[in-house]
Amino acid sequence: MSDPTSPPGPKSVQDGPPEPDPRAADLQEEADRLQAEMEEARPPHGGPISQVAAALVALAVGVFGAVGSYALGLGRLTQPGPGLWPFAISVVIVVLSVVLLLTGRHLRDTERFSRSSLQTAAGVLSLVGLAVLLPVIGFEIPSLLLMFVWLRLLGKESWRSSIVISFGAVAAFYVLFVLLLQIPLPRLV
Amino acid sequence: MDISPILEGFGVVLEPANLLYCLIGVIIGMLIGVLPGLGPGATIAILLPITYSIEPVSAIIMLAGIFYGAQYGGTITSVLLRLPGEASSVVTVFDGFAMAKQGRAGTALGIAAIGSFIGGTVSIIGLTLVAPVVAGFALDFGPPEYAALGILGVLLISSVGNGNKLKAIIAAGIGLLIATVGRDTFTGAERFTFGSLNLAEGIDFIPIAMGLFGLSEILYNLEERHNRVHAPAKVGNVWPSRGDLRQSGGAIGRGSVIGFVLGVLPGGGAVLSSLAAYAFEKRRAKRPERFGQGAVEGVAAPETANNAAATSSFIPLLTLGIPANATMALMFGALLIQGIQPGPQLVTEHPDVFWGVINSMYIGNILLLIMSIPMVGLFVRILRVRPAIMAPITVLITLLGAYTVRNQVYDIFLVIAFGVLGYLMKKFGFEPGPLVLAFVLGSMIESSARQGLLILGGDPVGFLTRPISGTVFALIVVVLLWPLIRGALRRKTSHRVEEKISS
Repeated sequence: MSDPTSPPGPKSVQDGPPEPDPRAADLQEEADRLQAEMEEARPPHGGPISQVAAALVALAVGVFGAVGSYALGLGRLTQPGPGLWPFAISVVIVVLSVVLLLTGRHLRDTERFSRSSLQTAAGVLSLVGLAVLLPVIGFEIPSLLLMFVWLRLLGKESWRSSIVISFGAVAAFYVLFVLLLQIPLPRLV
Repeated sequence: MDISPILEGFGVVLEPANLLYCLIGVIIGMLIGVLPGLGPGATIAILLPITYSIEPVSAIIMLAGIFYGAQYGGTITSVLLRLPGEASSVVTVFDGFAMAKQGRAGTALGIAAIGSFIGGTVSIIGLTLVAPVVAGFALDFGPPEYAALGILGVLLISSVGNGNKLKAIIAAGIGLLIATVGRDTFTGAERFTFGSLNLAEGIDFIPIAMGLFGLSEILYNLEERHNRVHAPAKVGNVWPSRGDLRQSGGAIGRGSVIGFVLGVLPGGGAVLSSLAAYAFEKRRAKRPERFGQGAVEGVAAPETANNAAATSSFIPLLTLGIPANATMALMFGALLIQGIQPGPQLVTEHPDVFWGVINSMYIGNILLLIMSIPMVGLFVRILRVRPAIMAPITVLITLLGAYTVRNQVYDIFLVIAFGVLGYLMKKFGFEPGPLVLAFVLGSMIESSARQGLLILGGDPVGFLTRPISGTVFALIVVVLLWPLIRGALRRKTSHRVEEKISS
């Protein structure tokens, strides 16, 4: 994973005007090195396909925006319609996405999805679950489930500590939000 | 200069209830900011709902506390875990972590707190003196100037930040586009609402910020990235010895000035200033080789400078209404939520609010110093808690917090949606910062541009011929062409640099 030829992602910490001072250049190198070292913890970069995909998605957003705002009516410069401004932005997005599509194929700043990305997906699902259940059965049980899922399944905590921490945290939330701050969260009873 | 509004502002800020809010802000700012992977931006985003329900003045004071607390939280993780919360603490890691390895983590944190306090205070004094002047100058600005300034602000953030510039500007464009969702204020037409009543009201700033800065960070970290965190170093005595203080005194003084000056610049002011301050100290040092091996000045200088810069970056925000970086974009959004429109009118029309903001920064800074030194031990204990346990708690705070703002489940879904968007953006090399910043400025740029067109009789050339907006547009061109200019400069010096790398 420590591929020395690939310092992926944000390469330079600082991008201000170039410092003429040689020591400052050293410092920039040091900062870069540190950044690169921390970047090593990142998964390998995604390669050209993900770059192209990213540019295409951006392009699609731009095209969608352009079509949608054109339909709203551009008006004239003396009397701008509701679509003029979004149309202008969308055109910029489209142009820049095309440039990205053409020139960005060999960038190394994307990250490959791995098995551990499934954890994130599972995490997101649990969040959606909470949002769906919250208005139906109140916040206590969904919060408890969310805590438990994250601790036991995503965090690989032991059964015992997962259960104890989940109950403890939800109890603390109850005291804080409901009893102390009296925020009208949907509740079980 | 009439100082009575300043003093009146202090009277408000020093009310016990407001002091308490500030104290709470500092503590929870530090509590969340110390969590690995959550930088100041994420911290402020997650805590936004807390400030929503309290009255404006107290809310601003609390925000100032959160702001400083979150900044210091990032310092703690830099020193103890080698995980800078944001780019401006990266240099602190060199000597901070080296000191921690030598068992001097306490000294590093203590000197960072003292330096931050002094740097912040110097900067606030500068802000007090400079801001009204700049604001007075900006009072003549009309809509064309604001449109130009807004565009410049968005471009600067996009082009000065980390990562690919093209992607950053695309992200900013998408942020501007998201800002147009909802009812058009000029014509009343519904834009990109798809018939949804929720979307017709536009998309709120809080769920966007919480999703893109807060939740996305947590989701990103779920991928085992921070599971192999170093065990935090032991923290001994936090009070720096007299020798340490003498050694770093000069560094703190110079760092304050460097930070204040560079922080005013839009873009990476804080980052640039921390690098510059560190470089400056290293150059002045009698034995520069100590740097990187645990030199106290190596912590004092960048920490002083980045706090001074973080504070002076309030100048463009409060006087021009242009946030200088992503964290300022959050503060901008937070002030807007309180019904405060940062800009040149603020100091003349709402001096109480203006001075309230500035004075609460004095207080936040002092409370940070008072709280950080005795409480460092507590925060170190939080760092010992496994990330797996902190993550779900933070997520719950985020989601339930988002709900409490308007008591709508819809907001939770928005936070999740923007959290996923932010996560995907990070995976594909897009920074969420420019998007949020552009979103914040979006409606201002649009309405100024349209009013400008009306004033100028529909002639866009007028934007270029008015002296101030023309100058700003010239700057915009420079910023756009900067990569090319710099590329040309780099090519000239590249030989030298290559030699240095190979040696």
